[in-house]
Amino acid sequence: MNEDVLLTMRHIEKRFPGVLALNNVDFTLRKGEIHALMGENGAGKSTLIKILTGVYQMDGGEVTIEGQPVVIHSPQDAQNSGISTVYQEITLCPNLTVAENMFIGREDSAWIRQKEYEKRADEILEKLGIPTRGVTQLGRCSLAIQQMVAIARAVDMKCKVLILDEPTSSLDDKEVNMLFKLMRDLKAEGVGIIFVTHFLEQVYEVSDRITVLRNGELVGEYPVEELPQVQLVSKMLGENLIEELPEVQTETKMIGTDQDGVSAVGEMIREEIKKNSDVFYEAESLSSNQALPFDFKIRKGEVNGFTGLLGSGRSESVRAIFGADKVTGGTVKIKGEQVKINRPIDAMKHGIGYLAEDRKRDGIIADLSVRENIILALQVMNGFFKPISRSESEAFADEYIKVLNIKTASRETPVGSLSGGNQQKVILARWLLTHPDYLILDEPTRGIDIGTKWEIQKLVLKLAEDGVSVTFISSEIEEMLRTCSRLIVMRDRHVVGELKGDDLNQAQVMKTIAGGEA
Amino acid sequence: MDTKKKFNLSLGQLTIPIIAILILVVFNLIRDPSFFSIGITQNNDGNSVLSGNLITVINGASELAILAMGMTLVTAACGGQDISVGAAAAIAGSAFVKILKSGDSISVGTVILAFLFACVVAMIFGAFNGTLVAVFKIQPMIATLILYTCGRSIAYWINGGATPTVQSSIITAIGGFIPGIPVPTPVLIVVIVAIIFKLVFHFTSLEILTQSVGINGSAARLNGINSTFIKLLSFIVLGVCVAVAGCIGVSRLGLINHETLLIDIEMDTILAVAIGGNNLGGGKFKISGSIIGAYVIQMLTITLYAMKVSSTDVKAYKAIVIILLVVIGSPVVKAKFEKLMTKLRSGKAKETVKGAE
Amino acid sequence: MNNIVEKRREPLSDTKLLMTITISIFIVMYLLAMGLLGGGFLHPQQIFDMLNDNASLIIVSCGLTIVMIGGGIDISVGAVTSLVVMSCVLYLNNGGNIFVAVLLALGIGLAFGLVHGYLISYLEIQPFIVTLAGMFFARGMTTILSVNPQKVTHEGFAALRDIKIEISWLGYTAKNGNLVPARMELGVVIAFICVIAVFILLKYLRLGRCFYAMGGNQQSALMLGINVKRTRFISYVLSGCLSGISGFVFMMHTGAGNATNAAGMEMNAIAAAIIGGTLLTGGVGNVIGTFFGVMTLTTIKKIVVSSGLNDPWWQNITTGGMLCFFILLQSVVLSRRNGKKK
Repeated sequence: MNEDVLLTMRHIEKRFPGVLALNNVDFTLRKGEIHALMGENGAGKSTLIKILTGVYQMDGGEVTIEGQPVVIHSPQDAQNSGISTVYQEITLCPNLTVAENMFIGREDSAWIRQKEYEKRADEILEKLGIPTRGVTQLGRCSLAIQQMVAIARAVDMKCKVLILDEPTSSLDDKEVNMLFKLMRDLKAEGVGIIFVTHFLEQVYEVSDRITVLRNGELVGEYPVEELPQVQLVSKMLGENLIEELPEVQTETKMIGTDQDGVSAVGEMIREEIKKNSDVFYEAESLSSNQALPFDFKIRKGEVNGFTGLLGSGRSESVRAIFGADKVTGGTVKIKGEQVKINRPIDAMKHGIGYLAEDRKRDGIIADLSVRENIILALQVMNGFFKPISRSESEAFADEYIKVLNIKTASRETPVGSLSGGNQQKVILARWLLTHPDYLILDEPTRGIDIGTKWEIQKLVLKLAEDGVSVTFISSEIEEMLRTCSRLIVMRDRHVVGELKGDDLNQAQVMKTIAGGEA
Repeated sequence: MDTKKKFNLSLGQLTIPIIAILILVVFNLIRDPSFFSIGITQNNDGNSVLSGNLITVINGASELAILAMGMTLVTAACGGQDISVGAAAAIAGSAFVKILKSGDSISVGTVILAFLFACVVAMIFGAFNGTLVAVFKIQPMIATLILYTCGRSIAYWINGGATPTVQSSIITAIGGFIPGIPVPTPVLIVVIVAIIFKLVFHFTSLEILTQSVGINGSAARLNGINSTFIKLLSFIVLGVCVAVAGCIGVSRLGLINHETLLIDIEMDTILAVAIGGNNLGGGKFKISGSIIGAYVIQMLTITLYAMKVSSTDVKAYKAIVIILLVVIGSPVVKAKFEKLMTKLRSGKAKETVKGAE
Repeated sequence: MNNIVEKRREPLSDTKLLMTITISIFIVMYLLAMGLLGGGFLHPQQIFDMLNDNASLIIVSCGLTIVMIGGGIDISVGAVTSLVVMSCVLYLNNGGNIFVAVLLALGIGLAFGLVHGYLISYLEIQPFIVTLAGMFFARGMTTILSVNPQKVTHEGFAALRDIKIEISWLGYTAKNGNLVPARMELGVVIAFICVIAVFILLKYLRLGRCFYAMGGNQQSALMLGINVKRTRFISYVLSGCLSGISGFVFMMHTGAGNATNAAGMEMNAIAAAIIGGTLLTGGVGNVIGTFFGVMTLTTIKKIVVSSGLNDPWWQNITTGGMLCFFILLQSVVLSRRNGKKK
């Protein structure tokens, strides 16, 4: 196109077993531009970036840098082509000094010229305005500084393309501003920056252009002025409602009458709850070391949802309810009685169940069988000296394998070898078996097939019918609208709104998520 | 691909130890079939007892098997090993003897009391190790290095530096044979300990909790499991195993020698756990694997003895067998082997296609 | 935040902090011993004796420090030392020459290092099991070579063994009026050379930095462009070679081979490294700290003996207590430091 184009990716395709992760995706980066790459979970952003950094190999398409086709097989190749990446998790060594981290792995001689490195590091740090020194041990710097050191390393390696993969997710406002200043400086020097983040405001603060991906496909590339927040959100979440805001209402209604009548049931329940029902759980300015204080209550048989983009604090809030993080303050009442929930076991004893967001890390015990995974929570609640007998556990497992239609070779198959959707069902079964009064489901439908998503939504409504309170979190607004009678909207770690009744429609939700204006 | 996975699973983690023991059996059958002959002989006390190489193997591996059971639990929960079991066994043995020697005569009551005392002592030391690991989050090997260093000296101190002998028919019966029963008593004790483990797993939820903590600590916590308690408990259980092994060791010789009692057994114990197919990094475990592992080690040792290898030289041969076992079991080697096999197969397939053309 | 970093003094790094604690404790302990116990502690020869007795321990500890900084463990060092001693003794007694004996020592160490390194880094087998097997093999081979103690009869070697470096100004006047100079064995010089070499390696060489990076965070090291497998391989090779050197030094000290040589040396070496501030989790440690770790361990034993607690079990109990103290201290110090950051 023109000389300013730094990097192009054309018709990129990437397949994983059973999934087309990227389908004919194009991406263009110009010199001196900050280009935001947006999309919800599973949109394919991280796959695209991993292709660019040589972690994955693409199955089709081509990449050029400054007009020259390049082949990237390894992180080293990427670096040699001038592509540097700074990941969300710091990929530096905390036990080494800042200077060492900047120069290790690329020294030109076998000897370390410590003083020289420190001097050079200090120069670069000063030039970039990073407030630390070469001699400082990296582990003693704040995360923001660590991130900036990683950027400094990349800059010093003469990178042309700098990828920042969610660099701001663990920084506070001041730190974010420092980072942004650095980004602008680099931009002025002609570096092309790919910026991946979940914080919308930040995108609008620094970016020049936005590329949106959804479900492995390119939605479009837009100059930032031409894409207001609410439209960005709708593009990310998949409802195209530009200019048609008034009609959305009817659209929701249409969804309401679609297959299986799921939403019809939802509607009924919403009505019922309005009538009478007592509060099951109530929290006042509850906070944890991860979540800012918030108020929350849920009635018996109610389904509500926490919504907001990733990183908005929705997961952290429900973790605080379950006592999964260190609870730092607030009062909690269950059925009107004040209780203390500091550890997961406390919550479980009060009839709360929690399906964690990260299934691999916090959910499944991969090497244990389906049966053992199903009975785990009940077993823990039963206590040490009341083991569930083999035959009993087999009966439980068989029952739930049948009820939830879990596809497994047998109940003794290690759960790690099941597909994502079936793993999720196993964990659901685990909590259902404890017969909870209140079930928190954090992204139960993430990364699983459509059929299972439907089954899980139906199940949620069925539970509510039986009087179980459910908190449901999903990245897909549609799902939440179908199931929840009340939505708590979070943005940048604060509760920014609560929607119910007539406000429960896509347009309103997206508006609230994106922020007042737009 | 799928069927292959299932095939591997059905054999499970016991594949390696069972193959190892089969190889040893076949090897001995070829070498000298009389290795397996079992006879009945009269021992010094006039009892008719079983004798033969196999009995020596099974009898000799008793302490190892018992320690391996406890070690399996610690390994599973903590992802590390206790290297102080030999030293702790010396302490337990000394405590055992201390009580035995305190009275004038040794009755069954004294023996039981002494055994209980030994158990309590060993459990306290187990709890010490466990606290360092579970509460202070120190790696098991480093934490138990402390007791490894000074354990035998503590044992020495318990009996005032002496190596007292215990003369009692009860003790001889524990270490050797109970009159009228031709099976060595330590073997019976192994069976009893194994049954107790089985019962514990049956009547408590220890097994599933331990595995959960070992496989995925984060998920275990979110399911309300107190992993500190589980880790501590695993060390205390190992403490009991240590006490039993220590008492058997003392009873065999009729004396406590703090320097040599169960010397170097910690390494063999860890080995037994590893040969049993248990991941030394923690997680899923099979006690039965470790028991078989213990017998593999003992069988190997006795086979080497039968081949006139001196007791001190055995270690070198053992090392070669260990390396062979772990190399075969290494995932990298397995992956390479599978790659080679698919290559060969696809090569063959191509050839047949060519042939068809 | 760190906005005002400018000329603030840098706090000590973890490595330096732990090392400083160890050195201070060593000095305080030694001064206390001089003041309260007097006797031998007042003579510089005491320190030289400690060095003479522990030269080979210092050398293997250096190797172990390298491996531990890289996040691994090598428990074969004592056994390899013992095997080297026995092999060299037998070789010399059968009319070998000293130069070849040195090569033999290095060769055996190197061979163990190569095999360990290959199995651990390229076949990804747990280091504990591999080096445990290495330890069994070395111990077994030692007894296969000879069960009975062997004394070196080689004349050239005897001459070498008897070389003592005399430092007269550090000597003292004995009761009979003769000046007894401080004596240091050749092995101590070799040990010092090893310590300095490893110190330079770890501090000034690119390779050394790679050990730290690998132990600090293996994944990061990989992303920073370090060949982690090769680096790990080299760490075990170095440890093996140092065990070989240690074996030769051990032989120069005892002048005999015995199957029980260097028994328990691996655990002493690990203890020394830990006391010196090396963490088994990797990434933190320093060979100077390790050297003082050995000296601290030895001093405790000497103090126990001089205090009239002649029973050998006192030594081990105090060593164990000391080890416990250091492990807990490190655990607390590091967790408080990391806690502060948040």
